[in-house]
Amino acid sequence: MIKFKNISSIIALLFLVISFTACTNEKILPIYGQREAKITKGKDGIDRIDTVYQTIPAFKFLNQDSTYITQDMFKGKIYVADFFFTSCTTICPTMHRNLKTVFEQYKGNPDILFLSHTIDFKYDKPSVLKKYAQKLGVDVPQWQFVYGSKDEVYTLAEKSYLTVVKEDSTATDGYIHQGWLVLIDKEKRMRGAYDGTKTEEVDKLKKDIAILLAEEKK
Amino acid sequence: MRKIILLVVFSITVCSIIYSCQNASEIEQAKYMTGGKDLYIANCQNCHGANGEGLGELAPPLTDSAFLKENKAKLACIIKNGSNKGVVINGKNYQGKMPSFSKLHDIDLAQVIVYVTNSFGNKQGMYTYEQVAKDLEVCK
Repeated sequence: MIKFKNISSIIALLFLVISFTACTNEKILPIYGQREAKITKGKDGIDRIDTVYQTIPAFKFLNQDSTYITQDMFKGKIYVADFFFTSCTTICPTMHRNLKTVFEQYKGNPDILFLSHTIDFKYDKPSVLKKYAQKLGVDVPQWQFVYGSKDEVYTLAEKSYLTVVKEDSTATDGYIHQGWLVLIDKEKRMRGAYDGTKTEEVDKLKKDIAILLAEEKK
Repeated sequence: MRKIILLVVFSITVCSIIYSCQNASEIEQAKYMTGGKDLYIANCQNCHGANGEGLGELAPPLTDSAFLKENKAKLACIIKNGSNKGVVINGKNYQGKMPSFSKLHDIDLAQVIVYVTNSFGNKQGMYTYEQVAKDLEVCK
């Protein structure tokens, strides 16, 4: 009988421990991209190893108000980036319909921005982007629509945001591209990529934004 | 007794024949609805939304029954050939360009039109592919 009592109390204790660790065990988002170890010799002569993560390099683009924006705007903020074009009739409307629901949820929150790059360098000049933003109903500074040269935007998409974009005359609207919504943290590191055409992935993005915002608050 | 049984069997048969005749058109429409729904998801939903709600001012909603009724004969043309005329839906102006869906056949157009005009609060009944062919002849 005593034995049985012991076992049940152990089980109860285990249960308690597990439930407490579950409470304190907060989720942390992974850090994507290339990483390398940087070894520096400290003053005390001991080697220190630092992990250097892949970050979004500096950029300068014209936004929907025809003003240049740079990374200064994103200092101390997290943001969601994507690639689209205004005359796209395939995945872009779905992506932006979904991204708009994320935007609505975090509207007015000063810690998060939205950044949509056009890949149609021929047609999507700032005035076109302005009209698009107005029609989508999101023409506020929190959601930036930016225009840049083909080289700048395409390189940034593929090398930094890991999103495929391409000119292709055989595609429906002249371009092919992926519909990733990419989550970037305050240190310009990539923390998540979500398929903007799938509502369940967009729901995950909403939750992950909350996790990342909580992490950055610390 | 035998007469009564015969009469009952006969009347049941007659009734079921009439009933199935009435249902044939409903079944046909149900077929159009299922086919139309798949076509809608594949071709229309990205802009016009899963519930026909549209997208901001970029794409008009498909919930304006009056517009759909008045322009029913033009719908096949608009879908097949696209349109850059812009429309006024529920009193709001939509200037965006509707892309063309030239790959859709008459039967596809009929199915998708039946789906749209009998979903999202619309209830306008059947629209056959023969009618699509006629309406397409007079596209402007």
